Amino acid sequence: MTTIEKTNPAGNPAAADTAPLLEVRDLHVEFVTREGVAQAVNGVNYSVSAGETLAVLGESGSGKSVTAQTIMGILDMPPGRIAKGEILYRGEDMLKMSTEQRRRIRGQKIAMIFQDALSSLNPVLTVGYQLGEMFRVHQGMSKKDARAKAVELMDRVRIPAAKERVDQYPHQFSGGMRQRIMIAMALALEPDLIIADEPTTALDVTVQAQVMDLLAELQREYHMGLILITHDLGVVADVADKIAVMYAGRIVETAPVHQLYKNPAHPYTKGLLQSIPRLDQKGQELYAIKGLPPNLLRIPSGCAFNPRCEMAQDVCRTDVPALHRVTDADGAELVGRGSACHFWKETLRG
Amino acid sequence: MGRYVARRLLQMIPVFLGTTFLVFMMVYSLPGDPIKAMFGDHAADPATVAHLKHQYHLDMPWWQHYPLYVWQLLHGDLGQTFGGVDVSQVLSQAFPVTIRLALLAFVIEIVVGLGLGLLAGLRRGKVADKLVLVFTLLVISVPVFVIGYICSTVFGITLAWTTPTVQDSNNLGQLLLPAFVLASLSLAYVARLTRTSLVENVRADYMRTAMAKGLPRRRIIVNHLLRNSLIPVVTFLGTDLGALMGGAIVTEGIFNVQGVGNALYRAIRASEGPTVVGIVSVLVIVYLISSLLVDLLYAVLDPRIRYA
Amino acid sequence: MPDVIEKEAAVPGSASAPATAPAKAGKPRSLWSDAWRDLRRNPFFVVSAALILLLVVITLWPSLFTSVGPRDADLQHHYLGAADYGHVFGADWFGYDGQGRSIYARVLYGARASVIVGLCVTAFVTVLGGLLGMLAGYFGGWLDTLVSRLTDIFFGIPLLLGCLVVLNAFTHRTVWTVVLALGALGWTQMARVMRGSVVTVKEADYVTAAKALGAGTTRILLRHILPNAIAPVIVVATIALGGYISTEATLSYLGIGLQDPTVSWGIDISSAQNVIRTAPHVLFFPAGMLSITVLAFIMLGDAVRDALDPKLR
Repeated sequence: MTTIEKTNPAGNPAAADTAPLLEVRDLHVEFVTREGVAQAVNGVNYSVSAGETLAVLGESGSGKSVTAQTIMGILDMPPGRIAKGEILYRGEDMLKMSTEQRRRIRGQKIAMIFQDALSSLNPVLTVGYQLGEMFRVHQGMSKKDARAKAVELMDRVRIPAAKERVDQYPHQFSGGMRQRIMIAMALALEPDLIIADEPTTALDVTVQAQVMDLLAELQREYHMGLILITHDLGVVADVADKIAVMYAGRIVETAPVHQLYKNPAHPYTKGLLQSIPRLDQKGQELYAIKGLPPNLLRIPSGCAFNPRCEMAQDVCRTDVPALHRVTDADGAELVGRGSACHFWKETLRG
Repeated sequence: MGRYVARRLLQMIPVFLGTTFLVFMMVYSLPGDPIKAMFGDHAADPATVAHLKHQYHLDMPWWQHYPLYVWQLLHGDLGQTFGGVDVSQVLSQAFPVTIRLALLAFVIEIVVGLGLGLLAGLRRGKVADKLVLVFTLLVISVPVFVIGYICSTVFGITLAWTTPTVQDSNNLGQLLLPAFVLASLSLAYVARLTRTSLVENVRADYMRTAMAKGLPRRRIIVNHLLRNSLIPVVTFLGTDLGALMGGAIVTEGIFNVQGVGNALYRAIRASEGPTVVGIVSVLVIVYLISSLLVDLLYAVLDPRIRYA
Repeated sequence: MPDVIEKEAAVPGSASAPATAPAKAGKPRSLWSDAWRDLRRNPFFVVSAALILLLVVITLWPSLFTSVGPRDADLQHHYLGAADYGHVFGADWFGYDGQGRSIYARVLYGARASVIVGLCVTAFVTVLGGLLGMLAGYFGGWLDTLVSRLTDIFFGIPLLLGCLVVLNAFTHRTVWTVVLALGALGWTQMARVMRGSVVTVKEADYVTAAKALGAGTTRILLRHILPNAIAPVIVVATIALGGYISTEATLSYLGIGLQDPTVSWGIDISSAQNVIRTAPHVLFFPAGMLSITVLAFIMLGDAVRDALDPKLR
């Protein structure tokens, strides 16, 4: 199976020549449920370098969030189970580390931002306490200093009147402000990598853009790696360097962001792009991929997408496609591109 | 907050009047003639009966009697028992005993109930959890009077660790067993509530955040999980303190504790209207005040609750 | 609480719902059918349902299990226990009470009073409290104020205490006196539960939709509100049923509940208390049956709650 890093990630040229910050190798995660074992992640490979933004795209159930939780080490085990794979942080396999080593990485080196900031913040503790906790636990700071740091952080994510609001509780903030607090919390110890799991999904459209811009700006400022998990193609276009599209626990396509939009090499990606409403299509019926996402307890044999794919042939129902390197019409390799489709050529050119 | 307390205090007045009225009507308007009962099988002298009825206002219709009763109550006069003793004097003897018993039971309820609940909730699905589940189910199912008799017989007579009944209500050692029996039902509820609350909160999103922050396990449990999970438990404990004081009829009877429950039971059996109404009125006040305090405590513990 | 036993969580977060739902897309899955599926696998439910079934059979036809009557007394058997006559099988292995009556027969016949009190009080409070709670929750206004204030007032008096006061006024008490007293003092709990549930449900979009479509009030209440609001009431009612049985026994034990000649576990326990050391079997069997009965209903209520509460699933 071809892995992404062998095809040398494109995107940010500064990042390209440094060793990857984080590398996921052949990760398999399962869930033991009453009905059977659900295959949530089936051999995912991806990597992200400092200063680079990787967008992981997929519908619910595609395994994008489970992969992120596995990286963070906050997966519920049981029912979750890591069947196979490696997660390398600066070259070292985190899955082999002690609990204490992993804890020190969490929050300090790799931080995470969650979708719903209201439920993700502790309702009975002030935001100042929750921000300051990072400094108190990881840096042994005093309560007073930690509070001052919390105000500083709130200023940095542009929360107005931070000094007064530091002692307020999460429910006293608006949705956008709460998500800024989540960002501030992730940013607190200036980590190498931030994983943002649908950071704007719960927000109003106008607020979405502000939060996304803030996140992108801070990422540039601190030269962090960013894994942006989303189901929304619109969100990633402006901020991501490269995209990994996931389906049924596998990566089905990888590409630098603009190439993917212009010229997808997997029927699923193509379908996703076609189902975005566009102004020039006004009046036409909106395209929708037929069928439903697969049941993870019974993933279809062959290519998991085959029951929904318009191009599916017999081979698609029997053979699991590897992630093929994608080349252009002249046979020259397109850097950073891969497609797990038997008919990627036809898809790319058709 | 001050305005909220004032409003709540005002709201307590109709509830207090309603509850005392309900008890009053139950005692005085139901069939049965307490004065006749006083004489037992002896033929009563009609003049004496009439005099007694007048003395206890039993010759009044309820719409005169009840306002009079409330008026006297407001002046701290709870009336007299048929034996001619002030009800307030009966209470002042019985209440300290019951308060001692209830507080002891309360401590047991907190320590054992909370302890078991934490054990079960933090070891969810393990053997300890299942044992706690079985224990609480048994305690809830076996009626208190059965538990009381078994405990009294086993610990008081067979093992002779303590006295089977309480001889000296100042002796905390003797009160310990009755307190345990009194607390048994509540501690089972506390254990179950604690466990349920922990299980619900363990899956909360903020717990995932706390983990992602790289906090040590101990801190996640104490500062994040418990701080949230214990809110409903503390609320329950608050309401229960009032219930422990009023609900000791069975336990006090089994262990012969000379407290409020016992006095109340004797008064009910003897159809001593004034004593019953007097004791219940005081219990209602205790209940109302404790539920107000619980509401205020709730606001302190959970910042999302705002009182306007 | 039986959620301890079966707690294989579904795939968490985004992966769960869409991943498993389509598999059974052909079959409609409502809260009730899901709950039923959960219940059948719950050993607590199976055990408690079997116990309750057995109890109902004993209540209806106690003579199926014994040919001895509960009032057949033979003073030769005065306080005889199993240990006294050497063999432990047969109808007399529960022993005899002070009047030489078969405890086995009394325990069987005593089920009737407990089950009748439990079922009738529960039916009474569920219908009365449920109806008033539903109307108060749905219409609000003065009815709501009235029901809420009444509930507040009744809550100040513990059930047992209130029943003691009321029942003491009656010199002749039957099962029905006890049922009425418990019901009259207990309905407010159910009204409170139902009211809270209805207040939540009536804000739901499907209720608004039904109103917009011009459905009548009765139809909305019966077809839309009731089915969606009743789950918490069922749970509370099941657990309360065990509580009522326990309260009846306590009242009888205190001498203010059922009276001879009614056969009741509470009466038997009460009369056993003086001989608990010399003839413990006289206390043990009625107390055991009573506890098992209460346990069965509480376990059933627990199982139903776990099945109906998707949060804990």
